[in-house]
Amino acid sequence: MRIPILKLHDYLLISVQVDLDDQTALQFQEDLLNKIHQEGSSGVVIDLTSVEMIDSFIAKVLGDVVEMSNLMGAKVVLTGIQPAVAITLIDMGIMLDEVPTALDLEQGLEKLQQELEG
Amino acid sequence: MSIQSCVEVHTEWGIVSARQAGRNLAKDVGFGNVDQARITTAISELARNIYLYADKGEICIEAIQELDKHGAKKGIKVTARDKGPGIKNVREVMSDGFTTSGGLGAGLPGVKRLMDEFDIDSVSGEGTVITTIKWLR
Repeated sequence: MRIPILKLHDYLLISVQVDLDDQTALQFQEDLLNKIHQEGSSGVVIDLTSVEMIDSFIAKVLGDVVEMSNLMGAKVVLTGIQPAVAITLIDMGIMLDEVPTALDLEQGLEKLQQELEG
Repeated sequence: MSIQSCVEVHTEWGIVSARQAGRNLAKDVGFGNVDQARITTAISELARNIYLYADKGEICIEAIQELDKHGAKKGIKVTARDKGPGIKNVREVMSDGFTTSGGLGAGLPGVKRLMDEFDIDSVSGEGTVITTIKWLR
């Protein structure tokens, strides 16, 4: 299974519609970095509205992909993290401190714009 | 009442099926959204440990009921069983941030916090059984 990555001007948009299995998550990591490189994208929004569960492995993959993208020069914002997912992550002691987040896609795009202009 | 269903974990797909079985049963027992996520996440961590460290094993899930002074309480019991190398130092694996896989080291201590009861029985060289329960409040 591959997660589709959409291009919108200088940005890439991803809406994760399934609960991620390990292989799909790792494939996505690679696909996203390649796409950033290919398109010269400056910002990425990963929307997690439909994701009902994030365990420690998926959390690590997501945290890593944010850092990897930063290394390449693209900013990433995670959006739409569900209440149950936020509660579970904190219960587990997973902080994702350095990861920029926003409530939804719209605010995520605004946040990117601010970060890239400011 | 207590029908146990087991999912074999030998591949990454086993992790996904165990997780789905857990979510379905949690829903049936009457757990809310947040506890469903807690139970599903705990199962995912346990299944991944089997896959990573023991190669294969099984996750068994059952709806349970217990009588106490307030009446009957319902819950879900998850048992992760493998014949892997066993855990040499249980205290070590239960501390936050300890990892041998390059992960976050949040797995087992995380499961303990997500669930209500947690028990590890591990014999070096023979395998590991982890039993954990979430009660419906």
